Amino acid sequence: MSVVTETPARPPAAEKLRVTRSRRNVAWTGLGALVVVVVFALLPYIVYSGTTSILAQGFIVLTLASMWNLLAGYAGLVSVGQQAFVGLGAYFVLILAIHGLSPFGAVPVAVIGCAVAALPLWWLVSRLRSGYFAIATWVLAATVMLIIEKFSSIGGGTGMPLPGLTGMSSTLLTADTYWIGLAVTVLTLATIYLLLRGRLGLVLTAIRDDEVAARSSGARVGLARVLVFVIAGAGCGGAGAVLAISQLQVQPGAVFSVQWTAEMAFATIIGGLGTIEGPIIGTIVYMVLQQTLQSYNAWYLIILGLVAILIALFFRRGLWGLVDERLNLRLFPVGYWLWPEDAPGRRGLRRGRSRAS
Amino acid sequence: MTASRDESSTPLLEARGLEVYHGQLRALQDISLRVYPGEVYAIIGANGAGKSTLLRTIAGLHRPATGTVLLDGTDVTRVQPHVRATQGIAMVPEGRRLFGSLTVEENLKVGATYARNGPWTIERVYELFGWMRDRRHQRTAQLSGGEQQSVAIGRALVANPRVLLLDELSLGLAPVVVQRIYGMMPQILATGLTVLLVEQDVSQALRVASRVHCLLEGRTTLEGLPGDLTPERVEAAYFGLGDGPAEAGPAEAGADSGGGDGGQPVPSAGPPEPAAGPGPAASAGGEESEG
Amino acid sequence: MAWVNAIIQGILTGGLYALFACGLSLMFGVMKVVNLAHGDLAVVAGYVAVGVITVTHIPVLWSFVIVVPIMAVFGYVLQRTLIQGALDRGALTTLIVTFGLSVVIENALLQFFTANSRGIGAGLALVRGSFKIGSQIQIGYLLVLIFAVAVVVLLGLQYFLSASKYGRMIRAVADDQEAAQLSGVNYKHVFGIAAAVAFGTVALAGIAYGMYSQLDPTTGTDTILLFAFAAVVIGGLGSLWGTLLGGVVLGVAQQIGAQINISNEVLAGYIVFLAVLVLRPQGLTSRRSQS
Repeated sequence: MSVVTETPARPPAAEKLRVTRSRRNVAWTGLGALVVVVVFALLPYIVYSGTTSILAQGFIVLTLASMWNLLAGYAGLVSVGQQAFVGLGAYFVLILAIHGLSPFGAVPVAVIGCAVAALPLWWLVSRLRSGYFAIATWVLAATVMLIIEKFSSIGGGTGMPLPGLTGMSSTLLTADTYWIGLAVTVLTLATIYLLLRGRLGLVLTAIRDDEVAARSSGARVGLARVLVFVIAGAGCGGAGAVLAISQLQVQPGAVFSVQWTAEMAFATIIGGLGTIEGPIIGTIVYMVLQQTLQSYNAWYLIILGLVAILIALFFRRGLWGLVDERLNLRLFPVGYWLWPEDAPGRRGLRRGRSRAS
Repeated sequence: MTASRDESSTPLLEARGLEVYHGQLRALQDISLRVYPGEVYAIIGANGAGKSTLLRTIAGLHRPATGTVLLDGTDVTRVQPHVRATQGIAMVPEGRRLFGSLTVEENLKVGATYARNGPWTIERVYELFGWMRDRRHQRTAQLSGGEQQSVAIGRALVANPRVLLLDELSLGLAPVVVQRIYGMMPQILATGLTVLLVEQDVSQALRVASRVHCLLEGRTTLEGLPGDLTPERVEAAYFGLGDGPAEAGPAEAGADSGGGDGGQPVPSAGPPEPAAGPGPAASAGGEESEG
Repeated sequence: MAWVNAIIQGILTGGLYALFACGLSLMFGVMKVVNLAHGDLAVVAGYVAVGVITVTHIPVLWSFVIVVPIMAVFGYVLQRTLIQGALDRGALTTLIVTFGLSVVIENALLQFFTANSRGIGAGLALVRGSFKIGSQIQIGYLLVLIFAVAVVVLLGLQYFLSASKYGRMIRAVADDQEAAQLSGVNYKHVFGIAAAVAFGTVALAGIAYGMYSQLDPTTGTDTILLFAFAAVVIGGLGSLWGTLLGGVVLGVAQQIGAQINISNEVLAGYIVFLAVLVLRPQGLTSRRSQS
């Protein structure tokens, strides 16, 4: 009637594990990336000006999507107010151009300026979570726009053209816009990659899994989040600066539109939230859709939105996630692989991937 | 109190071969039990042994990876918790879990929303707990621990269940209060209920139970009538000491520490397959993390 | 005197904002969902009302009777399918899905109905008439009526939540979803009911707004969502009357801003919202601090 069973033996001592960064050699990735960048840099000499212009647009969206991905996919901050920085970046360029600085030279200033501007904005919203954070950022962006519209010297509510670029040939201008867009995109992607490979990546993954545990184990949670917000602000500001140059004018309604957040969010989600490659795929999808549905203005956002909803619900990891599953491919390795010491040839246990769970 | 158990009749509640995971951690392995009508079946074990997980699985809040749960012979393993509640399983969860912004009476009314037919009504609960009627319009967040526990029990009773699941009644309550609450048990049983309870306080469990089941690290280590069990055997099963049934040596390591650290590893013939995850004492704050 | 007029205007507008906000507050309080498409649903209701009136030529007030229940049912269905699906996958997904929904709705309205704004013409006397006090104070009938409707709706909601069976279940689920399940409550169904109420009230608000002002595809986010959320935050989550207070504060702030400079109307409201968010995030009426 009474049953007694043996207690199980203690688990064996922890196996020796070898930790590596990625399956492949990282140097390959660095060289490959360099080749890709060089190829892109040479494109304006090869393709038509129209294509160059489209690609420049793509760079803007890619930068924005990468920033939204950093916020939402890595830090868990869903911001519906990044358009504030897009607009601020554009207005930095406008203001400096009015005072004589070349718009191209103004782009780095816009990036730094937006990074600085992000600090007081973060102070306003840093204690908020989830839905509150989302709407607060939205209100912030609307507020920034309303304040800027008060200054008629920079165009007021209707906007004004961007000075300093007259007299350039159209083709050259397009190419220059393309190159500055490429530069901003490469810089932001590189920054994200390097940061996520380091401490920041680990801290963010820890926060995403369990914030309280992360805090109590000493991770600088607050610092990580403000850093992410500032970088995202700077990146979006850079994109906004390029936007101003590409449109040759700055209108508050256009640069501060919440549509930018919609586009960057959808591109990221479709491509894959929480991976660096995701926004790249998502931007490609976005550009293809936009070009195809060119004449059906609102359709591409409707379709984009529906696809994004579907993917968010059923394919959490996005399109890149599907590729990743099949091929186990990582262009930007930021995770870790664990190899049991006695099995050099076998597939290791994959742990610590920086992705949204 | 020993209820006579007619082994040939159908148990009211039965679990067969339950295996439950929390993520990658295996919380329960091959758990089987039978509860017959009118019994008070007690599950004991140290923190992290899997007691609450077992109860919650029976209530439907966890889906077992393998195994079945049967209510009066019917398989309810895939039945949603709220449907299971209407079929006759009512649980008083660990930590009371009252609706804090609702009054005492409103809590009971919610419990009675999908009640089955039976002897228990809100009025009867007021009779059982004399103080409750006068305080029935008070918000439950303002009550003391013992009072909250009474309301929680009442909320389960008004649903007129067949099986009452009690999860760690004594948690956070003074011994006097605990005894008073357990003192209600005969009145509850008198109305035809069957009780399955989880209790960390072993002596309390042995006092009220008609049958005892001990868990350790998700496995069954002991099962039987309280009268048949010596304190040494219970200790051995609770803490995982000793080599086997005959050996009931004085427990040394951790005998007084209520937390129960697994003692000497047993060089046994059993498969050295480790329970995936931390040992019994490592799960801080119990195996359940309340939201 | 113009100031007095402005303040009265602001107070009354607060009723409209409260009408928008109560559904948002309900959904957030019960299921922790900030429905970013909330405002757009009001606009959809307005467009549907316009369509129904155009096609059937019924009197304007009958459009409420038809459209509000339709939207309530739509809310139940949307909650049980889309929003519950998102909730099961986490807060991040829920925000993304409701944001996506908002964008899709706005662009669909834009695509099918152009960017032109529409109004719902109510009976002439109702819209054009106004109380006149003295020579400088003029209060539109419609606005007073809307304020009265808002108060009635809030009273109705309060009664529903405090006294009815479903209201009790909604409050119970909001307090402790799991414990509610253990009492036999299907929390997903209760979520659906809450969503139905939320969609119904916001539809009411949308049609009313269409009579008071104009509706265009972006009104949902430009005007409604942010103002509704501001009213909830300023007033304090968890209190229906707090939402009315929040709406009033917002309305008055906007009117004061407009008195200083007509272009400051919306800005003044946002500044008050941000100030409350930073200084007293729990709102004016809440005693606990918001986590």
